[in-house]
Amino acid sequence: MPSFVNPEKCDGCKAQDKTACQYICPNNLMVLDKDKMKAYNQEPDQCWECMCCVKICPQQAMDVRGYADFVPMGASCVPMRSTDNIMWTVKFRGGMVKRFKFPIRTTPEGKAVPNGGWDTNPDLDGPTLYTEPQSLGMDSVWSK
Amino acid sequence: MADFTTVEVETDLLICGGGMAACGAAVEAAHWAKKNNLKVTLVDKAAMDRSGAVAMGLSAINQYVGLKDGQNTMQDYLDYVRNDLMGVTREDLVASIARHVDSTVHLYEKWGLPIWKDKDGGYVHEGRWQLMINGESYKIIVAEAAKNALGKDNIYERVFITEPLMDGDRCVGAVGFSVRENKFYVFKARAVLCAMGGAVGVFKPRSSGEGAGRAWYPPFNSGASTYFTLQAGAELTCQEVRFIPVRFKDAYGPVGAWFLLFKARATNALDENYMQTRASELEKWAPYGKVKPVPANLRNWLMMLDVMEGKGPIYMRTEEAIQAIAKETTDEKAYKKKMKELENEAWEDFLDMTISQAILWAATDTEPEKKASEIAAAEPYFIGSHSGASGAWVSGPKDLAPKEYFWGYENMSTAKGLFCAGDASGASSHKFSSGSHAEGRIAAKSAIRYIVNEKPAKAKYDAAAIQALKDLVIRPLKTYADNQGLSTQADVNPGYIMPNMFRMRMQKIMDEYAGGVTAQFTTSERNLKRALELLAMLKEDSAKLGAKDLHDLMRAWENTHRMYQAEAHVRTILFRQETRWPGYYFRSDKPKMDKDWEVFVNCKMDPKSGEWEMKKVPIVRISK
Ligand SMILES: Cc1cc2nc3c(=O)[nH]c(=O)nc-3n(C[C@H](O)[C@H](O)[C@H](O)COP(=O)(O)OP(=O)(O)OC[C@H]3O[C@@H](n4cnc5c(N)ncnc54)[C@H](O)[C@@H]3O)c2cc1C
Ligand code: SF4
Ligand code: SF4
Repeated sequence: MPSFVNPEKCDGCKAQDKTACQYICPNNLMVLDKDKMKAYNQEPDQCWECMCCVKICPQQAMDVRGYADFVPMGASCVPMRSTDNIMWTVKFRGGMVKRFKFPIRTTPEGKAVPNGGWDTNPDLDGPTLYTEPQSLGMDSVWSK
Repeated sequence: MADFTTVEVETDLLICGGGMAACGAAVEAAHWAKKNNLKVTLVDKAAMDRSGAVAMGLSAINQYVGLKDGQNTMQDYLDYVRNDLMGVTREDLVASIARHVDSTVHLYEKWGLPIWKDKDGGYVHEGRWQLMINGESYKIIVAEAAKNALGKDNIYERVFITEPLMDGDRCVGAVGFSVRENKFYVFKARAVLCAMGGAVGVFKPRSSGEGAGRAWYPPFNSGASTYFTLQAGAELTCQEVRFIPVRFKDAYGPVGAWFLLFKARATNALDENYMQTRASELEKWAPYGKVKPVPANLRNWLMMLDVMEGKGPIYMRTEEAIQAIAKETTDEKAYKKKMKELENEAWEDFLDMTISQAILWAATDTEPEKKASEIAAAEPYFIGSHSGASGAWVSGPKDLAPKEYFWGYENMSTAKGLFCAGDASGASSHKFSSGSHAEGRIAAKSAIRYIVNEKPAKAKYDAAAIQALKDLVIRPLKTYADNQGLSTQADVNPGYIMPNMFRMRMQKIMDEYAGGVTAQFTTSERNLKRALELLAMLKEDSAKLGAKDLHDLMRAWENTHRMYQAEAHVRTILFRQETRWPGYYFRSDKPKMDKDWEVFVNCKMDPKSGEWEMKKVPIVRISK
């Protein structure tokens, strides 16, 4: 059962028309059971264990239980993603716990400027892309 | 069966896909479109923030040439790629991508991707062409720039593209359906850019239970680019050049950092290093067997020979490597600090891009500094942007392409108005995430130039033609509804086949006859011909795919797309009368490399008759 939902924590994203897990899963696996107002993974054997759903769930209701056909039981890797870093808590089968923290971005969310602030090239002909040559750090694009 | 509404969208450039190549295309196209008063529309089957192969993140940028620093030359890069592909590569395309890729990486840095820096402010290299990153949010950042460039009104998420729209030999749009609402979409355009990734699930995966989804390549890339370009009548190339990565066994965690950064050894169970004990085997594959680094498929091959001889399991000697690096420190304190640092790097490599491997390590109480871990060859995938090469045959750029490879607009396929990038374009491997983005940009600029110069008309499809396409696309829902009464068990019904079983039938054929895992990646003419017989019946039965809901409908189409990828592959390995990429596949009836086959093999299918045409195309180099 790769990704799974803890029924005690899931609130169905408060009945909004799109739940967070449903919005994000690249394989369209998460669905909301509208009667119970709880989400579930409709096709566990097509789950990539990418944890996109786990990272985005506002209630921390989701987790991954390693694929039962080759992963021994008892371990977990739990992410906590903030705006600029991610914290991982890795629990081993034997009980050991390790924590890791890594940066995830250096700019404020949502603010990526497509041209990166570089001058734009006016010429639709030729190979020079619109932020080049400046974004290359060279005077011109390489040619034979 | 519920009613479906038809939604028509008019645009100038249609970008199919929302992955690395499509995001590059979006950023570039938006700029040129604005200047020329054109509209750009992007369609993705998932949410761009986390769609495609980079959904989970990555821990390295695998292509950075560093031309501005003068450490590497274009010649170095061309030599590396050509040799790794055993001589079969389009140097004009490889150079085209390589001359722009650094610009894409510099943009990533501006957008907010954390790239590791050394104390002098330079990028930290994992290997000669690879950079280390903190890449958990790589896809989110790259998608953000694309979305900011296009504007959300021009983006359709959760719409699955099935077929191209054609006007004679010109591609003028695409059709698809929403995987969330009963809507059939018709996108009418002047030009189309196909960037829907490669394919997994064509071959049987090693894990066939709950772990079936744990392929190295993401289960959500399912051959849409191959199907789309074939149905547009475009020529495809290198359909035999599948990729089989060697990764940590079962969870497929990356090995790049272990080999390149930590300099780890891989050994068999007898502590022998197959790269040394089997070095003489490399002579047989000269000149490519003799280059450094040894081509990826040959490294696989030497390992497979050990496995076939019963010398497995094969181990990545993580414990040796970490201890060796840590020992270089001078005192106890520095040693502890170094160990901590290495432990962090090792775990981040997995947590950023293959979380399953971190779970597997934790679940087996594996601490890499104490215990070696098994590695193994995965199953075959189609990923032209990585170390495979399958994809569409596209024009090179005017200033680099030999005349044989140039037809007006770079990255245009042989179908007019259909441009391809990333996994969708072939014979230009080793572009990876950064090069795919750069290639998306190249293709998008070229597509806008095509629209401005040629002023191609938009699609003229009447209501009847659209209705026919709609009937075709939603047929699995109707088949299911019409036949439901024939059985009390929804999955077992004589009137239809469900998408999952259809996929397993295809995977069994490919695995057993076309050189999958259980056949030790070995095949032969007789086996391939048998595969074609069985695939022909599978194709007939694809008309009987059933779907109970929209999710199933998507699965039905994904597997139809995969089936065409399977056929293109089988036909191409059958046509090529040699073994050129042992380690990816081995033709037991043609076990050697043959100079006469140092050519591309291209194929195309007549979309109307379904007839295939195969041909040899000479390799023209642009370098020495
Ligand atoms: C496990 C793994 C590890 C990798 N590691 C690295 C690395 O460390 N460094 C590196 O540089 N590169 C790495 N790569 C390579 C890199 O991910 C690819 O080269 C790159 O993503 C290719 O870009 P693309 O746009 O062609 O495909 P993708 O990025 O996969 O995008 C495909 C897009 O098409 C969409 N799509 C598919 N079918 C349809 C359809 N029918 N309708 C609509 N949309 C559709 C998908 O949703 C997605 O948006 C790795 C790849 C894998 C699989
Ligand atoms: S995102 Fe979390 S809370 Fe929302 S529906 Fe999914 S599991 Fe429930
Ligand atoms: S782990 Fe990934 S593939 Fe699995 S349900 Fe979550 S988002 Fe989807």
